[in-house]
Amino acid sequence: MTTSTEPSTLTLGKALNAGLRRAMADDDKVVLLGEDIGALGGVFRITDGLQKEFGPERVVDAPLAESAIVGSAIGLALRGYRPVCEIQFDGFVYPAFDQVVSQLAKMRARSAGRIKLPVVIRIPVGGGIGAVEHHSESNETYFAHTAGLRVVSCASPDDAYRMIRAAISSDDPVIFYEPKRRYWDKGEVSLDAEPASLDRARVRRTGTDVTLVAHGPTVKTAAAAAEAAAEDGFSVGVVDLRTLAPLDVTTLRRCAESTGRMVVVHEASTFLGIGAEVAAAITEQCFYALKAPVLRVGAYHLPYPPAKVEDEFLPDVDRVIHAIDTVLSY
Amino acid sequence: MPENLARRPRAEDLETTWTPTHTEAVQFVTADGDLTDLGRRYDVDPDLARGLYRDMARARRLDSEALALQRQGELGLWLQSWGQEAAQVGSMRALSDDDWVFPSYREHAAAMVRGVKTVELLTQWRGATHAGWDPADYRFHFYSLVLGTQTLHATGFAMGCLLDGGAHVVATYFGDGAASQGDVNEAFNWAAAQSLPVLFICQNNQWAISTPTGIQYGAPVHQRAAGFGLRTFCVDGNDALAVHAVTRAAAGLVRSGEGPALIEAVTYRMAGHSTSDDPTRYRDQSELDAWAPKDPLRRLRIVLERLGTPGEFFSELDAELDRLAVEIRDACRAIPAPDLDEAFTYAYAGPHPLVDGERAARARYLETTAAGA
Repeated sequence: MTTSTEPSTLTLGKALNAGLRRAMADDDKVVLLGEDIGALGGVFRITDGLQKEFGPERVVDAPLAESAIVGSAIGLALRGYRPVCEIQFDGFVYPAFDQVVSQLAKMRARSAGRIKLPVVIRIPVGGGIGAVEHHSESNETYFAHTAGLRVVSCASPDDAYRMIRAAISSDDPVIFYEPKRRYWDKGEVSLDAEPASLDRARVRRTGTDVTLVAHGPTVKTAAAAAEAAAEDGFSVGVVDLRTLAPLDVTTLRRCAESTGRMVVVHEASTFLGIGAEVAAAITEQCFYALKAPVLRVGAYHLPYPPAKVEDEFLPDVDRVIHAIDTVLSY
Repeated sequence: MPENLARRPRAEDLETTWTPTHTEAVQFVTADGDLTDLGRRYDVDPDLARGLYRDMARARRLDSEALALQRQGELGLWLQSWGQEAAQVGSMRALSDDDWVFPSYREHAAAMVRGVKTVELLTQWRGATHAGWDPADYRFHFYSLVLGTQTLHATGFAMGCLLDGGAHVVATYFGDGAASQGDVNEAFNWAAAQSLPVLFICQNNQWAISTPTGIQYGAPVHQRAAGFGLRTFCVDGNDALAVHAVTRAAAGLVRSGEGPALIEAVTYRMAGHSTSDDPTRYRDQSELDAWAPKDPLRRLRIVLERLGTPGEFFSELDAELDRLAVEIRDACRAIPAPDLDEAFTYAYAGPHPLVDGERAARARYLETTAAGA
């Protein structure tokens, strides 16, 4: 294991790999389950080298069956292990939906707290990589809507490293979203850093005119829009939600009270998306601080389209700037 | 030890209900092109052999052209059918034109047999659509990318065929990996329970991305399916004549109302899973070297040559393949880009306030930004 006081420059994917390696080294109850995670290292190479280092008993190539992966992870957790499941693509998680929603999420409550299921389900999420059908979905709302699950979404290498370790340490089941089009983005990671909090948003940029709220892949989009707005003389802040369930309403409220104008940006459909919950929570809790309605920028209520038109479908900098202009016009 | 405990039977005293045993795949032609005893018994129909060879050669040409197009950036992704042509062509040619087919996503050779145009096969992988053809045009459903789901669609479609009356076969293709999914096992069970006219065709190509069959399952698919109550067959999937004969026999059973059947065609995925895959990370060259001589085109060509097929057959076919290649390249580059606005009309059967509102808002936004630009 590499330990260093100097931060390393890693891609988000490598940071996850380092986080998994660290968690496996720290706790021999941590086991990985997933399709093609062994010799191949996963289709995105997030588990690269881990089977070689920890053996095929702890880095298990699963049969091609997602319900089997999650259902068996529950069994391993009942036996005292901390399984980390890899779902190959966002659109492949649905065969496991029953195991996640009806079993994983509910067993602690059913057992009156006697049973804990420290299972992490890693899901590469979202579009923007020119992929085929079912490989670009943003399905966080399904899980965030389910009581008993924590749902988190990382956006940068340093958070990826700290959040995956926090997720594995958590005694609650965690749905862990990884922004697949940001896997190759580089950033500084302190390998000595403590695991991140799993229920705190992160203010990535402070602003006094407008607050952009994003998570996962759209944090970078929001940051670019804030930068562009700054050139036009507007001070725009960016909040990275990081945790979708529970939402860090305290941080959101502080931002809303400071700027009075909020725009939520995510890849999922705006209809019943996380942005709807953000807008409702802010409206309920700081109505008088608001100078404009909370706007949402996200996907349309359509199946994710073919790759040739995904750039028009995904929220981009222009659409975010348009929303900034709109909230400023009130 | 109490006497009654000592009297309890040991495992070896009990008759095991069913033990999977090694099953020899049906073979008509060896890898060297020699006819087996079975092959000699049924002899070779030269017209059939030529037809199968031509179908396979066309599919392989599509495959190599599509691979090149992907490497040139004209396709986003391609999944090669290289090595699996006999399993697909042999089985498709044994079905009736009226039979419906529910493929997975690597069935390019099967699709071409049904007349699906090569450009229609490419458009999905170019990222221009999620489904390149109208299934009703070919009685060949579009590809299913989530593994195994189509086997249940075939099962339900077969229920409908039964309700409609008449003799039908609904064929569905899937692989050794997909057979691990619950959906596939549920399809086996329900098709058997209701005696539905489904013909399950498993192309066991030995690899599910990087996962070899040795860790995918404990018993091969035809043995598991037998446990569900299906009539099952195992065939050399690189032997087009054997696949054709076995499929014709199995389809005959299904069509006559005997219930579902399954064919496991033992074949090999010569390329990576897709153009995004790097198989050198997980499989040895020695395995490829062992499978290359079992190539389905090579062995059928030997059979044809020994039958005295004139050289013109092969030279004319080569010229046809060159024309096909030009056609594929030109057609691929001419695939029109989709219009996102159209997607708003397809999501629901009729007007939908949410979608219509979003469509209108998008149009206003585009006007605003165009005016501002």
